[in-house]
Amino acid sequence: MAKVKQQPMSRELARRETISGYLFLLPSLLFFLVFVVYPMVMCVFTSLTDATMADSGGNFIGITNYLNLFQDPIFIKALINTVIIVVVSVPIVCVFSLWVGARIYNTRDWACSAFRVIFYLPVVTGSVAVTVVWKWIYHYYNGVLNFVGTSAGLWEKNINWLGDPKFALGCIILILITTSVGQPIVLYVSALGNVDHTLVEAAQVDGATDLQVFWKVKWPQIMPTTLYILVITTINSFQCFALIQLLTSGGPNHATDTVMYYIYYSAFTLYKYGYANAMGVVLALCIAALSAVQFKLAKTD
Amino acid sequence: MNSGVKKTSPYQIITMVLIVIIAAVIFLFPLYWIITGSFKTPEAVNSATPQWWPSEWTMRNFETLFDKRSAPLWELHVPLSEWFTQDHSQIVFSSGPVLPAAFRWLINTVFMSVAAMILTCVTASLAGYALAKKRFAGRAILFSLIVAAMALPKQVILIPLLREMSVLHLADTIWSVIFPIVGWPFGVFLMKQFAEGIPGEILEAARIDGAGEIKTFTTIVFPMIKPGIGALAIFTFINTWNDYFMQLLMLRGTNVLTMPLGISKMMGEFGQDYGLLMAGAALASVPIIIVFLIFQKYFTKGITMGAVKG
Repeated sequence: MAKVKQQPMSRELARRETISGYLFLLPSLLFFLVFVVYPMVMCVFTSLTDATMADSGGNFIGITNYLNLFQDPIFIKALINTVIIVVVSVPIVCVFSLWVGARIYNTRDWACSAFRVIFYLPVVTGSVAVTVVWKWIYHYYNGVLNFVGTSAGLWEKNINWLGDPKFALGCIILILITTSVGQPIVLYVSALGNVDHTLVEAAQVDGATDLQVFWKVKWPQIMPTTLYILVITTINSFQCFALIQLLTSGGPNHATDTVMYYIYYSAFTLYKYGYANAMGVVLALCIAALSAVQFKLAKTD
Repeated sequence: MNSGVKKTSPYQIITMVLIVIIAAVIFLFPLYWIITGSFKTPEAVNSATPQWWPSEWTMRNFETLFDKRSAPLWELHVPLSEWFTQDHSQIVFSSGPVLPAAFRWLINTVFMSVAAMILTCVTASLAGYALAKKRFAGRAILFSLIVAAMALPKQVILIPLLREMSVLHLADTIWSVIFPIVGWPFGVFLMKQFAEGIPGEILEAARIDGAGEIKTFTTIVFPMIKPGIGALAIFTFINTWNDYFMQLLMLRGTNVLTMPLGISKMMGEFGQDYGLLMAGAALASVPIIIVFLIFQKYFTKGITMGAVKG
């Protein structure tokens, strides 16, 4: 309040704050601008050219790449697969992590920690190590899955899980789910732990059942967490790449191509940089649009 | 504890059993399979009837793994060095005895993760503090830019990034993986969340006492955001270690390969030798899992704080 009298002094202070603020920001800003913002701008720019590996500048060709994209049957197939992966895995990840989170958040501390660690393990193990072992588990001849399935009589003959277009995508989605639920479970446990207990107790005193308490009292309070989980899971599922590249390379016959994998394939097997970047822009726009829709839906709820 | 004397209902017992089964079969079993598989003989690995527990333990897979091609123990390219040498050659430190390639992958991976971790923590804690506590022109715009960049898929920028790296003479060096990770704004966002918690009065008091900016940061800000730095450190370490896509695009030469790349390369060369592949997978994942288990408290904190949206 005394500051009003010292107008010139606070102006001087503001100047000092600005300078010191930017000095603190400088190292981080340098990396951010050079290695994140600049490539992002370049991505949009290159998508308007016919750049290749040999001719990295390329000629300006307007939106031709974008028009070609939607006439490319492999891109359409990859887009459909990506949408399937997102539509199947996102709800499963959210519901599963909420279910596990709701059950373990008020158990004993050590049990809760142990569960969180176990469900996070596939993330820490790393996509390559996880993929290698699942490839073995799914193996046609010496995989555990076929052994267990045929021994238990669930299916008669060994199934070529990754070689059969009917199953390949499902197998990939299962692995994707195991590597996606770790973070949502941690978030739900923490969000449920922060729910206002007075409200819960008040509802219980009024005779509300556990289910009513959950939906009427807890659910609205963990809504922001659910929203955040929806957004990050969607982004992750859209970017599904390592699993595809290591398990099936998009096969059999593009049955498991995703947009991310096709970007990689176009850029580093076909060397069509401009075209690949156009796909990248489309993917980024899809993700941005979906995140916006999810935010909007959650706000109106 | 918090719901008092409530009894566990049958429904709760059933869900608990289900969760335990799912956790064991889908989440723990693959890890168990990696570790036991890495000690199995080729006969056990290739048999149609799986050996749930290795009947015969062998080190053969690890011996083969460490037998593959060799590389000098230590080799480090000094970033941007060709800009300063007269003939534009790279300055590369290389020393030590010639060691197995797998050992080299491990060293590369550790170096990459530690360097990314340190650089990220230093730059992000400075920037996060500035964004949380300094009032300056352009702050709001900068912050929106950071949040917007975070929502975009990181992989999309990798193709232009690859070209940028060759212009900067960083292509095919370990730095081409490290620098973009340091630039990724999640760390700044996370540290801002932690720095918001510092009371303004303390900073004001320090300023009135005549403490300079650097002194204020090291003596007041740093101790208060230490838990945040811990969270960011472990987060960055694990994510860098496992950032397969980035490594795949940026690193080609045999001397810069990392553990994840090494295994994926082995998958191409020895695709059906699952014993060897499990040994590689074990070597890539067990160290990082141990690090995770030691620091998992920090990790949980980082995940939760990074999610709080304004």
